[in-house]
Amino acid sequence: MSIAWYLAVSAIVFALGAIGVITRRNPLVVLLCLELMLNGANLALIAFSRMWGNGDGQILALVVMTVAACEVCIGLGMIVAIYRRNLPIDVDEMRELQG
Amino acid sequence: MSATTYGWLVLAFPLLGMLIVSFGYRSLPGRSAGWIATGAIFLAFLAALGALISIQGHSPAHRQFVSSLWNYAVTAGVDAQMSILVDPLSVFMILTVTGVSTLIHLYSIAYVDEDRGFARYFSYLNFFVFSMLLLVLAANFLLLIIGWAFVGAASYLLISFWYRRTTATRAGIKAFVINVLGDVGLVLGTYFIFKHTGTLDLLKTFHRARAEAFGPVGSENGDLIAGCMLLLVGAFAKSAQVPLHTWLPDAMEGPTPVSALIHAATMVTAGVYLIARMHPLFELAPPAQDLGAIVGAATLLIAGTIGLVQTDVKRIIAYSTMSQIGYMIMAVCVGAYAAGLFHMMTHAFFKALLFMAAGSLIGAMAGEQSLERMGGFRRAMPFTYGCFLIGGLALSGIPPFSGFFSKDEILLITGEQGGWHWALYVAGYVGAFLTAIYTFRMIFRAFHGQPVPEARELEAGHLHHAEVPTNPATGEEEDTDVGFPGPVHAIAERALKMRVAMVALAVGAIGAGLLQVPRADYVVDDFLRPSFADSHLYETHTKNTLLVTGLILGTLLGLAGIAIAYRVWVARPGTAAVVRARARPAYVLFVNKWYFDELIAAAVVRPAAAAGRFAQDTFERVFVQDTLVGGTTGLIRAGSAAVRAAQSGFVRYYAGLLMIGVAGVGFYFLLQS
Repeated sequence: MSIAWYLAVSAIVFALGAIGVITRRNPLVVLLCLELMLNGANLALIAFSRMWGNGDGQILALVVMTVAACEVCIGLGMIVAIYRRNLPIDVDEMRELQG
Repeated sequence: MSATTYGWLVLAFPLLGMLIVSFGYRSLPGRSAGWIATGAIFLAFLAALGALISIQGHSPAHRQFVSSLWNYAVTAGVDAQMSILVDPLSVFMILTVTGVSTLIHLYSIAYVDEDRGFARYFSYLNFFVFSMLLLVLAANFLLLIIGWAFVGAASYLLISFWYRRTTATRAGIKAFVINVLGDVGLVLGTYFIFKHTGTLDLLKTFHRARAEAFGPVGSENGDLIAGCMLLLVGAFAKSAQVPLHTWLPDAMEGPTPVSALIHAATMVTAGVYLIARMHPLFELAPPAQDLGAIVGAATLLIAGTIGLVQTDVKRIIAYSTMSQIGYMIMAVCVGAYAAGLFHMMTHAFFKALLFMAAGSLIGAMAGEQSLERMGGFRRAMPFTYGCFLIGGLALSGIPPFSGFFSKDEILLITGEQGGWHWALYVAGYVGAFLTAIYTFRMIFRAFHGQPVPEARELEAGHLHHAEVPTNPATGEEEDTDVGFPGPVHAIAERALKMRVAMVALAVGAIGAGLLQVPRADYVVDDFLRPSFADSHLYETHTKNTLLVTGLILGTLLGLAGIAIAYRVWVARPGTAAVVRARARPAYVLFVNKWYFDELIAAAVVRPAAAAGRFAQDTFERVFVQDTLVGGTTGLIRAGSAAVRAAQSGFVRYYAGLLMIGVAGVGFYFLLQS
């Protein structure tokens, strides 16, 4: 199989995630979509790793997973905190940092 | 010790006195600040005597000593050194300055005894004397300019010593501004001279000027003439010559001993000294000399006529100083250097004496200075009257008082020049006549006639005190706080220190003329000769042809002036009003001081103020404030508004922007490759 298929899938997954991040307003879903984007990128990394025949890409993919795990921890923690304070679960409502 | 060591000591003592008084005034008990300051000046006087003895020990050809403490900057073309020049001229000056200043300090201890600015007063006074000594001892233009500027600053501090009086602060500012004008003239003049000689050192400058740095002798180099004229501007401003004289009468706002100091020793004589010191340059620039002589003669006449009609005692004496300085400036500009400096010395004695006597008189009047309100103090204040009379006779040039010999010598040498100098000669004698009239007008009005209530009170043994202290210039009531003169006044009859100082000056005013009696001795001439060895004007005069004429003429004019004053103000008291009514236009002109203040206001002050307002309204408001400052802030404000608008707070919006950005960068690199 040519690498193009892998990259196409990767791009589709990434794009789906990006669309999700921009369009959805529930922070939980936004986080999920972010994961989707990261996994799209991971797929591309592993595909390139296969293509070149060395493990650098896979190592990078492992690093991305680690970062993703940290990010989910913090993100979910924040969502729980928001929920506990009875704030609306909606990213558009949380805009206190506007200029 | 060498002569220059004494010279450094002369500088060191007043500086030390100033530092001790100004830094230690908290821990100085009682009136010790005054004694320390007086002692410092007295020690400087002793050091000046040491310098005199030291230079007299050398042969006349080797009486110029230069000593340098350190170099400020010595590079190609600049030789700025901390150096002093001790020669007969500077020794003559430091002797006069320190001698008279010591007595004025002594007088001041009694005069400002009750003033709450006592220590401040004496630190200023020491600084003033130090500045003047620096000026006269400077061996290069740089130090001369520093001393010159210090004198201006010190005069500002002392004229506005009673700083709560608005009239005093305004007078101080006026004096300072006009003096700064003179400083500018001095600095620019130095530049014109330095451009050609390439050295700041005075002796080297004169040497190079003689070695034709300004072209051959008689060629009248334009730069040299411009330089000398600018030096004259400096001299005119400092010595209160027309038209830069208006600060001097206003400077009477200061305490009376300060007026004595300014007039006798430390300030107005600086211009005379400057011209005498720069004589090798002036002799190469005859137009500058002529200008100086004409201005001197004009000043002595103008000041004399104004003095005739003023009613403020101190202002009359101030105008007489202007007039006498006019003689000196005229003298040093026509080559009568020794005569001019001799007159400076005798003038220092009798003018300080007159001011001290006036201070005592004003004390008896509880601060009132107007002649209109004085009268009949002869019996109440015999000592002050005597001193005033001695000073007045010396000022009027009555033999054998000191002013007689010095003034007549100036006019003698001027007359012997021939040509148009005859006009100066005549002006000088007219001035002498006027001097006698206004001096004795003052004496007769203050001391003769019916005693005023203040004089009666004093005769009964009680010194008059004002209920509420007032400003004599405006009549407004004053506080007795620091910054005001306060209610207590001193008179010589009650203060030994004042009497001691006045007696010493009276002896000088009577006897100093004996230093130079025509055909008998020429002490001053001989003493100063080494400083003027290179002058082609010094000692070329025979001093014989006009001698007897001049002496008789001077005496007669002086006596005639006194006789007229006696007739007008004592014998027939109504005459003054009649004369005033007959010569109305002249009276109006004189009483308005020839409209010099108005003239300067119209020619300089108001145009400058109008230009300032115009610049403020157009350039500053429109260009600087609105365009430059306002433009910058407007730009930043608009930029920040744009950036702020982008900060919407929508997370999704940020994410979208981020993606667009990253995609844009990606596309850019894709298209590049």
